[in-house]
Amino acid sequence: MKIAALLAVILAGGMLIYAGQDLPAFGDPNSPSYQHPITEYYINNSLTESGVENIVTAVLANYRGYDTLGETAVIFTAGMAVLLLLRRREI
Amino acid sequence: MSRIQESVVIRTVVRIMVPFIEIFALYVIMHGSSGPGGGFQGGVIFGAGIILFAMIYGIKEGKQRMSDKLSRILSSTGLSIYAGTGLLCIVFGGMFLQYDVVGLLSLDPARVSAILIDVVEIGIGITVLVIMISLFFDISPPEEEELQFSEEEKQ
Repeated sequence: MKIAALLAVILAGGMLIYAGQDLPAFGDPNSPSYQHPITEYYINNSLTESGVENIVTAVLANYRGYDTLGETAVIFTAGMAVLLLLRRREI
Repeated sequence: MSRIQESVVIRTVVRIMVPFIEIFALYVIMHGSSGPGGGFQGGVIFGAGIILFAMIYGIKEGKQRMSDKLSRILSSTGLSIYAGTGLLCIVFGGMFLQYDVVGLLSLDPARVSAILIDVVEIGIGITVLVIMISLFFDISPPEEEELQFSEEEKQ
């Protein structure tokens, strides 16, 4: 059983490393995320539309607020699952 | 207390450092709109401060600061603050999480959006810090007094 788990971890890690080869180089100006027009839109309009100086926060909490709500719900759900599985004493 | 205590140097340094760690965590949460930081990072720092305290002073002392009941209430409160901010935007006639429609105090829409982003960051921070602390308390081994207590209960 332990060997099967180790194999699964090695397989998943190997797949991630293999897929990581296709990522654009760090700081490459021709990478798709720099070429897409949405990048320019965020840089030009994030301060006037969301009122925060930090563009990362503007994208995280305003443009992609729904996504961040999901992330918070994931953390909450993970905590509740650990609480249900690992808490020893009866509540 | 039957547990072996940490040395007085460690206890004193932790006692002095923990308040500064917590204030730095609050700074990181509130600084998220104008620089590096935000709810996730600040919440983790705040939780790490309380975990450090509980590691040195014992789980029992730590649970007096953050009891199981309080952590259960707060963890859902943080998520409710976030979702409630989204519902507030619907009440004011916009879409879910469309901050600039909220007509608070007749401020500039961008200003209202910045305030609500801070509210959302606080909600994220509360959830993350409470989940961090409750994970630590759930994984940590029970103290000897608790073990004796539960064995007496079985008999």
